[in-house]
Amino acid sequence: MEDSNSQSTFKIRQFSEVAAAGETVEYLFWVGCAGSYDSRAQKVTKAFSKILHHAGVSFAILGNEENCTGDPARRAGNEFLFQMMALQNIETMNAYGIKKVVTACPHCFNTIKNEYPVLGGSYEVIHHTQLIHELLETGKITAEGGKFKGKKITYHDSCYLGRINGIYEAPRKILEFLDVSLVEMKRCKSNGLCCGAGGAQMFKEDEAGDKRINIERAEEALDTGASTVAANCPFCLTMMGDGIKAKEKQDDVMVYDLAEMIVQNNSWS
Amino acid sequence: MSISQVLFTIVFLIILYFGKKWYTRVYRNIMLGKSEEIEGDEGKRMKNMLLVAFGQKKMFKRLLPAVLHLFIYVAFLFTQVELIEIIIDGFSGQHRIFAPFLGSFYTVIISTIEILSALALIATFVFLARRNLLPFMGKPISRFEKSEMKGWPKLDANIILFGEIALVTGIFMMNGADVVLQGLDPEHYHQTGSFAISSWFGPAVFGGLPKELLVLIERSGWWLHLVTVFAFILYLPISKHFHIFLAFPNVYFAKLNPRGEMENMPEIMGEVKSMMGLTTDEATPEMDQDFEFGAKDITDLSWKNVLDAYSCTECGRCTDVCPANTTGKKLSPRKIMMDIRDRATEIGEKLDSKSTEFIDKAKSNKESVLSKSNFDDGKSLFDYISREEIHACTTCNACVEACPIMINPLDPILKLRRYEILSESAGPADWVPMFTSLENSGSVWAIPDDRDAWTKS
Repeated sequence: MEDSNSQSTFKIRQFSEVAAAGETVEYLFWVGCAGSYDSRAQKVTKAFSKILHHAGVSFAILGNEENCTGDPARRAGNEFLFQMMALQNIETMNAYGIKKVVTACPHCFNTIKNEYPVLGGSYEVIHHTQLIHELLETGKITAEGGKFKGKKITYHDSCYLGRINGIYEAPRKILEFLDVSLVEMKRCKSNGLCCGAGGAQMFKEDEAGDKRINIERAEEALDTGASTVAANCPFCLTMMGDGIKAKEKQDDVMVYDLAEMIVQNNSWS
Repeated sequence: MSISQVLFTIVFLIILYFGKKWYTRVYRNIMLGKSEEIEGDEGKRMKNMLLVAFGQKKMFKRLLPAVLHLFIYVAFLFTQVELIEIIIDGFSGQHRIFAPFLGSFYTVIISTIEILSALALIATFVFLARRNLLPFMGKPISRFEKSEMKGWPKLDANIILFGEIALVTGIFMMNGADVVLQGLDPEHYHQTGSFAISSWFGPAVFGGLPKELLVLIERSGWWLHLVTVFAFILYLPISKHFHIFLAFPNVYFAKLNPRGEMENMPEIMGEVKSMMGLTTDEATPEMDQDFEFGAKDITDLSWKNVLDAYSCTECGRCTDVCPANTTGKKLSPRKIMMDIRDRATEIGEKLDSKSTEFIDKAKSNKESVLSKSNFDDGKSLFDYISREEIHACTTCNACVEACPIMINPLDPILKLRRYEILSESAGPADWVPMFTSLENSGSVWAIPDDRDAWTKS
């Protein structure tokens, strides 16, 4: 694949630097734990940074000042840890006067958007697929490479972007810009099947059952005959990747985040 | 006063007495839950109730059952006109008291009821076949065959469907015989005009029968319909069929918050804020020494959770879309709701027993009377719901999306998880490293790298 793993052409700025220089940026790019540490999700982080860079969107990250949003702790039931994470993050964000947040993780997106306001953190929060769609619509970036043109691609709705926050169209519009041949899975949009990672399941073994949820979803994706599974969530990316690997189809079917697809399509290095 | 009027009045008063008693019990059971202010836009709630409960909007995600259910539902709504007439006739000893007042409109109304009743009857047979014949033919609908549906829930569903058949049978006996009697005895039987179904069904089936027998059939139909309605009224509080009433308030009181927002816990927020040295403008609730967080029993849930449970009609759409359940895990969102209802009912029954054995010894003295606040039978919701079930949830909200009457099975699951972690310091051992890592490094994984290491590689 393209060289989306290198980070040489431009510098990612941190809020501490931006503030020290007395400047302002439009967006906080909220990277999240997966985006920061998971090697697969890091590629999405880098791809999305490239998109922002090419579109001329000014942004900065919090770097070490960023903590987990607290989503998995809260959903596991650990409200103390959630509050610790959330209140620290809100302190940091409010201190920098942050107004707009974009993130490539639908769990971070949901928590900052829906759960931080009552704790004192109100921001305009958008998911990276929404911003990419907007950048395409306004012509700030284009998608003319044709790498995915006509390719059979299926799109996996993450629960936290789709069913929970009702965002089904922006990601699909990106695929329209890429001119792909979208084939929907049997369960999609509000009926979409979970990848199995939400609710802190990512951090524990499955309960006893007949099958892992990600295998079920991977089978459904494979049934479409698509060569690529497009996703919007770092945890779905892992789960779908693992599921497809378990079905020994990892050489035929790729799992990409929509940001990666844009970067590959535009051959940005 | 005729014997019939006396008998009717007695039956009516009995129904009123037991109805009030048993409905009050369910209300009491629902209110075992914590009081919780349901906030937000009343207009939006009203709109939800009209669209989702009255308009059945969410049912139409599955077309065939939605249409069949609609037949029964609309028949139920329209038959109320005939029921009111039956009740007035019952008290007054009149016969078809609305007919002379409404004239040809009466014909239209009764004809509509007849057509809807016939459609409802078809739907009832399809529903009976779906539940009883399909499994017999080796093609069961899986959501009706889950473990929580064995025994009473299955019987309950069939009782309701047989009740429907009795209701419709009563209507056609009554109207069919009436049509024939109108020809034989126009003086006593008001000319109602031609009913859509009975005008041919009556003469075809009852034509040529002696007048005495026709009167008997007409009266039997009248009583059959009436007694079935009364039986339903008393049956509802112990049945899943209660949804015919509770669906409306349940949808009206459904939370309007964003679906992705878990309820905040102000006590813990306040505690953490003071721990972090953050000043707060608003007074945060003090944390009690033996304060328990989350829910382990009905009294820790919100009354809305319990209303959800009593509103559930066990259709199983939630369980059918639950990723955990469909991959063979124990969790079934429907079972969670049934368990909450059954536990609330159990507590209610024990409170009604007034037995002092259910008084929490620590909270009692000699004169203590059993009440919600000192109740302790040594059991909890965890005797109904296993840890394995609540641990299997991915919080995907598919169950929440699927419920036609806006029940939220996820909310109580998360409250049980909160109890387990916060009050018991228990929970899946797998989560401990994640918690520890969050505490130490603010990241879900214990990785020594800087959070921005990716910017440098």
